[in-house]
Amino acid sequence: MAVMVKDYKRSFKKVNEIIESYGRNPVELVSILQEIQEEYRYLPEEILNYIATAMGISPSKVFGVATFYENFSLEPKGKYIIKVCDGTACHVKNSMDLLNALQKKLKLKDGQKTTKDMMFTLETASCLGACGLAPVMVINEEVYGKVTPEKAEKIIDEIMKREGNSDDKNN
Amino acid sequence: MKTLKINGKVVSFKNEKNLLEVIRKAGIKLPTFCYHSELSIYGACRMCLVEEKKKGLIAACSTPPKEGMEIKTHTLKLQKQRRMTLELLLAEHDRECTTCEKNADCKLRELAANLGIENIRFKRKDKKLPIDDSSPSIVRDPNKCILCGDCVRMCEEVQGIGVIGFAYRGSNTVVTPAFNKKLSEVDCVDCGQCAAVCPTGALTIKSQIDRVWEAINNDDKIVIAQIAPAVKVAFGEAFGLKPGHSTEHLIVSALKTMGINKVFDTCFAADLTVMEESKEFVERLSKGEKLPQFTSCCPAWVKFVELNYPSFIDNLSSCRSPQQMFGSFAKNYYPKELGVSRDDVFVVSIMPCTAKKAEACREEFISNGDPDVDAVITTQELIKMVKEAGIVFDDLKEEPFDMPFGFATGSGLIFGATGGVAESVIRMLDEEVKEFKDVRGLDGLKEAKVAKNGKDIKIAVVHGLKNARKLLEKIKAGKAEYDFIEVMACPGGCVGGAGQPQPNNAESRIERALGLYNSDNKIQLIRASDNPMVQKLYEKWLKTPDSGLSHKYLHTCYRPRRRIEGSDIKFSAEKSKMNIKICIGTSCYLNGSYDLFKEVDKKIKQDNLEDRVNLEATFCLENCNGSPSVEVNGKIIDKANKEKIFMLIDELI
Ligand code: SF4
Ligand code: SF4
Ligand code: FES
Repeated sequence: MAVMVKDYKRSFKKVNEIIESYGRNPVELVSILQEIQEEYRYLPEEILNYIATAMGISPSKVFGVATFYENFSLEPKGKYIIKVCDGTACHVKNSMDLLNALQKKLKLKDGQKTTKDMMFTLETASCLGACGLAPVMVINEEVYGKVTPEKAEKIIDEIMKREGNSDDKNN
Repeated sequence: MKTLKINGKVVSFKNEKNLLEVIRKAGIKLPTFCYHSELSIYGACRMCLVEEKKKGLIAACSTPPKEGMEIKTHTLKLQKQRRMTLELLLAEHDRECTTCEKNADCKLRELAANLGIENIRFKRKDKKLPIDDSSPSIVRDPNKCILCGDCVRMCEEVQGIGVIGFAYRGSNTVVTPAFNKKLSEVDCVDCGQCAAVCPTGALTIKSQIDRVWEAINNDDKIVIAQIAPAVKVAFGEAFGLKPGHSTEHLIVSALKTMGINKVFDTCFAADLTVMEESKEFVERLSKGEKLPQFTSCCPAWVKFVELNYPSFIDNLSSCRSPQQMFGSFAKNYYPKELGVSRDDVFVVSIMPCTAKKAEACREEFISNGDPDVDAVITTQELIKMVKEAGIVFDDLKEEPFDMPFGFATGSGLIFGATGGVAESVIRMLDEEVKEFKDVRGLDGLKEAKVAKNGKDIKIAVVHGLKNARKLLEKIKAGKAEYDFIEVMACPGGCVGGAGQPQPNNAESRIERALGLYNSDNKIQLIRASDNPMVQKLYEKWLKTPDSGLSHKYLHTCYRPRRRIEGSDIKFSAEKSKMNIKICIGTSCYLNGSYDLFKEVDKKIKQDNLEDRVNLEATFCLENCNGSPSVEVNGKIIDKANKEKIFMLIDELI
């Protein structure tokens, strides 16, 4: 799978800068991966391979570290990462209905997490620490409380409008 | 002398590294999964827990022995604990024991029986992970993995590669090659050492027994077997003999009983290898080129060089390994002697080795779809076949090898131990030498000097690929210089091959090597050139060593290989006129390919060519000798620099 993200080129050069900035020290692998993930929004396989080459460690080690921490993703993610809380408090406030509504709205099929246009990624999280506002949804850094399915759809519509993307173009 | 108490008995100890060794020396079999005396200590399996009077529960593998300790090894509490640990492991484990390749050697099964596990109270995991049988040598069944990490440490600490590692976390933890790729898609050299230490059926040797039975039962085939030296001194271990006990003539007899038509000796082919390899070496010495010369008998080592040190490929001797030299004369020469055709002959090798299975599949050794060696079985597989055939070992009568390829000198025999190839070549260089002890034994690096024509020839011998890597790095850095280097991938050389019977530890390897040296002592002819049958083969077929014919049939070539199958890093426009791929594989990276990438990228931007030039970074174009390599519109450019590439851009655009 070749990865085609806008700005990919800029990022590849950035990869080198990041590695250099840590003096290619294998001890800093986690920090390096963190910065790379910020750049790409996920950890592409070819870039991990490249890191292994440039730092002189085995790809299996890099893969091990990349899969160990929950915050790293080896799957490409959308520009907007939506997290629906499924902690106990949110669950009893029907957060799963919210999730289903979002899945439908974003036309995500079974097991699919990211829209084809790479705009949205839908995930669940266990307790986002805002139980007072249940059910809770977070989009990138922004927290939305007491979200009904209708409200969620509206929020998505707004983002789509902002991105110059109408509902039917996104599939 | 220091002492401690084990189960009330006073036991003395000296320099044992840990309690476990003291306990085992005291004759108590304390179970372990993740402890191997030659690997680092992991302390994860919890099977070796013991009770110390003051400290309570401690892991024996990672606790040094101390004066006055009072250890109990089998209290009720400990027994319960161990059973529980084992039950938990078994709950996660795919328990298809009857059909498991490892069943006879499985430590898990053995312990379950010893500890009296009768039922398993925990629920079985229902998720089945795919089995990887893509490698010609090894099968990986992650459903049987107990996460002891033995294989991971073996591949990294002894082989210096790190093909497999732990990934994911918690209950999802697995041991896998990078990115869940198959073993055939990554930098595995097929040495099999991971499978040799795996306590369960998660890593096993890929069996070719069926292929051999099929050939035996096919009346149209003449089945020819060759037996490697390391097999001779290990086969008997399965039948109660000590490691090192030579059983070659019993093996001949067993193979004949099974229905194999001709049984020959790989040592004969080893003698032939020495003839070719020493001639080649003398040639290189006199020309002063391609030195140090590396041995090429070990296919795992050869692949390791192709994958990791492409700039040293020319240093490898061009000689085929003894197995493949045998395959070549068995298929290209022998049929004519017999008055039959190549297709009528089926060649099976009996090897200590899993890498030889992969070697037999190399395209260089296959003509028109017909491999020179049709099947490779390990010592372990041979033992299985003997049992399957219902052969009673004690009733076997010794039988001689067949001729003309059944006679070998001592030189061919010692090939099975680390240092053996070097010593054989030395015996050819110096007529005075009988025994050359400097290159024998289990030291990681052995060095020696031989005087020839008033010059000192410097020789190094290493085994275990980590040791080889260290040596190559030293040579690269200009910190060491040699003329001849022998490398065997397995610890101890082929006597420690992954296909040998268990236990395959340092003690067994030493004994097996001694067995070979003892046999060597009993043979009067110790120089390859003294082998009359080899001389005859030259007379009748090859003419002289290093001749045109011998090059055609006994030599080969190598090529750089990609370490990992993966995708390339793509950048810009689709409708571009020009496609440039810059290699960022290790070899090219080290030769400055990233800087080249930066320069080309800059130029493309400066000249506003972003829509017309497509720039990619790729992993290894398998042209490492020409590093840095760049591919422009499908054509590979050696030793690329920015001038060359800029010129091409200007020309084409
Ligand atoms: S066969 Fe050898 S190189 Fe391959 S994974 Fe196992 S130990 Fe590593
Ligand atoms: S050392 Fe011998 S047994 Fe081990 S991989 Fe090499 S040839 Fe095979
Ligand atoms: S690293 Fe192999 S061709 Fe570049």
